[in-house]
Order: sequence, then structure tokens, then C-alpha cells
Amino acid sequence: MSGALDRPHRAPLRRIGPTLGRDPLLTGLIALIAATALGLLALQPAPYLINMVGQLAAFAILAVSLDLVWGYLGILSLGHGLFFAIGGYVCAMHLLAHGYALTGVAPDLMQFMGWKSLPAYWTGLTSAPYALALALALAAGVAFLFGLASFRSRVNGVYFSIISQALVYVAMLLMFRNDTGLGGNNGMTGFALLFGWPMGAPGVVTGLAVTTLGVLAGVLVGARALVASPVGRRMLACRDDEARLRTLGYGTTRLKLGIWCLSAMIAALAGVLYVPQVGIINPRILSPDLSIEIAVWVAIGGMGRLGGAVIGAVAVNALKFWLSAAMPEAWPFILSGLVLVVVLGLPNGLLDLAALRWTPTWLRRGGPLA
Amino acid sequence: MSALVIDNLHVVFGAFRALDALSLAVDSGEVRAVIGPNGAGKTTLLDAITGITRPRSGRILLGDTYDLTACSEAEIARAGVRRKFQKPSVFPALTVRENLAIGCGPECPARTRPARLASTLSETGLEARADTLAGALAHGEKQWLEIGMVLASEPRLILLDEPVAGLSDAETASTADLIGALRRPDRAILVIEHDMAFVEAVADRVTVLHEGRTLFEGSMTGARADARVIEVFLGR
Repeated sequence: MSGALDRPHRAPLRRIGPTLGRDPLLTGLIALIAATALGLLALQPAPYLINMVGQLAAFAILAVSLDLVWGYLGILSLGHGLFFAIGGYVCAMHLLAHGYALTGVAPDLMQFMGWKSLPAYWTGLTSAPYALALALALAAGVAFLFGLASFRSRVNGVYFSIISQALVYVAMLLMFRNDTGLGGNNGMTGFALLFGWPMGAPGVVTGLAVTTLGVLAGVLVGARALVASPVGRRMLACRDDEARLRTLGYGTTRLKLGIWCLSAMIAALAGVLYVPQVGIINPRILSPDLSIEIAVWVAIGGMGRLGGAVIGAVAVNALKFWLSAAMPEAWPFILSGLVLVVVLGLPNGLLDLAALRWTPTWLRRGGPLA
Repeated sequence: MSALVIDNLHVVFGAFRALDALSLAVDSGEVRAVIGPNGAGKTTLLDAITGITRPRSGRILLGDTYDLTACSEAEIARAGVRRKFQKPSVFPALTVRENLAIGCGPECPARTRPARLASTLSETGLEARADTLAGALAHGEKQWLEIGMVLASEPRLILLDEPVAGLSDAETASTADLIGALRRPDRAILVIEHDMAFVEAVADRVTVLHEGRTLFEGSMTGARADARVIEVFLGR
């Protein structure tokens, strides 16, 4: 990973700049996303396949949220699972509260906790818009506090990454406790209804997947508009030389804090969309491994190009879906192997392959350490 | 009227006194060179003025009254102070034009920006390179771009940290001409440089620093004749 950690400062030249305004890769991806959504609606493939596409799209949204802060602002978060989990947990609470309100069947969680009714902090979570707003606000709030403390005291680089990793780990330990009231290590599952419809119904499965694809396309369009704007150019300037940008009169703390909170909200949105599709949430979503994996998806796909994050998230997770069924014990080795190949041979991730510019670094510069 | 007043400034790193009771006044319209041996505190002085290093005591005033001592880097820049760093500091992932647009500063009105960009591009001779990524420029062009980024905001005080380091003789001469052209009655320029011929060509007065203190202040001719300056810096 250390090579990937260093990468914001390694040869970002040809990737950004003139291509910001018109990015054929991104346009193609958005067309592909639209085609996939239409294909799901028209062809109605097996539900497990639709569900898998929906989950991949949620991971892609998560990867884009990390690419915004890592690829464009140079802030490597190894704790983005925290914001993903905030979205996921709030969504799970909504699904349980909603199902309980309509069916009257007490969720396992209540029996397990010995509650007669849902506690006060669940109030209002039967409303989906409120739950969505709460998920986004919580993610933004946590990101704001953590970001403010870090950026104001100028905690940067690997130090920031390590603290973000510690934060997600602390959150995991917290959620493992049963008295946190969110299911402890069992988490929350047994979601019955979504907007009043039974969870497993084909229409619901397709609807979720298509919605997630739509959100992914929307996030990509919005993110591209952001990075192509004057704010986006300040982000790149801040990534490459923050001290210089400050001495030109720009307060970088506010810039970083704003994008950081936006990224956290996008990650939470991904979590909101992910949990109903996977049907369960537990503290393992907060494990540091997952948060590191998000960075791996982005690095493998190619950071600082938005489209790269989508390609990386989809490629790695599709491979994972297939291999963890076919030969689960090989997965960690394959993932590590992929990381090594990318770090040594493809400094811009899989996008290097797509552009057919592939010359291994050791041929180009006389050695991988040169 | 003074453009910059440094009053009894102390900057301390651990036990090392980088600047020791330094006082200095630069007039509006003046080009001042700060010279001195390595470790004399020249770059530390610029770091203190731009807010990168916090002084332990003393004051830094812009234009007699505006106190910069407690301001952040961004506030100091917005007050009209710009610095060209020793190492060319341009944003490699942005084009020349985008670099200059950022150089205009956050408070430049959108209406005046295109005109300012056009005039800065022509002043620095980078018109043909306007849409080139800054990272792809040659060393000399990067130096010029950075000078352009400094100029784009029309600063009151310009700090130049070794502007001709690594430049060819022809480029050094054209940089000297540029600095001459930057003179304005309402602007002061502070140059740190090792190249004595260059200093002589551009500076009205020189300040010689030694171990964080002012050793000499006056004309370059005076500095060459001063026994203490010869002792510690110019050599016999």
C-alpha cells in the first residue's frame, strides 16, 4: 500500500487539466450505466444478478466519494467505511421501524434487547425522507468535526490516513457493544418491507438496483461538474501544493472541509442504497479492512479520474463476488497481487491499460525505485 | 512612507536564533535586496513575513499600520503580499492560464479577471503556452509563470526568493529587466539573491544579514566597502 499512499504526487500530469471539461471515459461510463439500467428493466435477468449489479453500483458510488477527496484533494481516508456505515445503519433503522409500524411484528432486535417499544431516538425513522436526511446530516456532522479538528491543526498525509483508520476502528468497537442499542455484533437484519412492498419482490430488487445506478450516474455528473469548476482547480492546486495555495490568499481549511463533508455524504448515500440490497448490516462494515479496500478499488481503477474509481470498484468487487464463491481462500492473495501489479506497473491504475500506454515503470525509469 | 516595517523580530527554532532582534523598513517604490551567507536568516525572514513561521516576538507591519504578525498565510496574501518561492512552485496539474487565474487571488472580481490574465500572460511572455500544463514547462518558463502568479494579484509587497537561481545569463538579464518593470510608487519589492551582479543591477539598497541580525544597510557599493561585510560574507 505504501506505493499507493504516495501516488497523489506521482505524475498526475496527463490525466487532468484539459480533459476535465470533456471526459470521454466518463461520458462512456454514464452511457453504460444507463444501458445497464435499461437492460435490467427490459430483460429482467435472475434476481440475484440484478441484486449484484445494484450492490456493485453502491460500491462504485462509495469509490467515487473517496476519489473526490483522494484523487482530487490528496486526502487519503482509510476510514470511509465509517460514513458508508452511518448511511447503512440509519437505513437499517428506517427499514426496521417501517416494517414494525406496518406489520406490527417486533423486529428481532427489540426482543433481543428486551424493549417493549422502540426507544426515543428511533422517533421519526418510519419516515424515509427523514431517515435519508438524518443519514446525510449525521455523516456530514461527523465528517465536519473530524475534518475541522484535523485540517485546522494541519494534520495531513499519512497521519490523517492513520487517524481516519483509527476512527473507523473505534466506531467498530463501539457498534460491537450490545448496549449501543443498534444490534451489537448481530447487527440488524430481517428487513420486511420497503415503502410498504415486500423486500424480496422482483420489482423491489429491480427498483433498488436501477435507483442505485441512477444515483451513481447523478453522482458522477455532479462530481464532474465540481472538479471541472474553479473549485475543482483549487482542489488540484491544494492537492499538489497546499502551502503555496495558502500563500496565494486561499484559506485551504474551508475548501478541504467542504469537499470532505460532501464526500462523507456521498459515502453515506452509498450506504443507504447498499443495506436494503444486501439485507443486513453489522459492525463488520466498519472493519478497517473494508475501508482500506475502498482505497484499493480506487487505486486499481485509477485515481483522480472519477471513472477510474467506478471501474476499480466494479472490477474488484465483481471478481470478489465470483472468487469468494469459487475459491474463497485465494481472494486475499489475488487482491494483494492486483495491488502489487498496479503499484509497480500501472501508476494510473487500469486506466493505463485502457489507454494502451502500458510500459512497466521499471522499463521506463530504470527501476521501480528510481 | 514605509511599505514594510519589521520591528525587533525574533524567530527561534529550539535553541537556534534564526532571527535575532531584526528590524528593517522598506519604503514604497523601493527594490530592496537581502543578502547574506547561508543560514543568515534570509528565507526565515520571508517565512515570517508570509506567516509560514511564527515569530516569538516583535511585529511585522504592512504599510506602517496593518499588523501581519498574527495573521494566517491566506490573510497576509489577501492584504497584498505575494511571494515567489525559491523552488518554482506552480501547480503542475493545471494549465498556465489556470495557474494565473488562481494567482489573481480569491478576491479578484470575475469581471476584471480576463483582462488581468491577458496582461499577465503578455508580461511574462507565456501567451503561446497558455493552455499547456504547468508541469510540462521548462524550468525557466516555470520561474516566469510563478512570477506571473505573483503579479496577477497586483500586490503591494512582492517577495522574491532567489528569482534567478538556476537561470541562464540571458534569463537572468531578462529577469532583472522584469523586476525593473515591476517598480511602482505604491509597491515595494524585497529580493533575496546570491548573485551579486544581479543584486547590483536591480536593488536600490541592500540589507546584509548575518546570524539573524542586520550587519549592514545601504548601497551595494557601500556594502562592498564595509569591513564587516567583507569579513563575514564577501570574502577578502
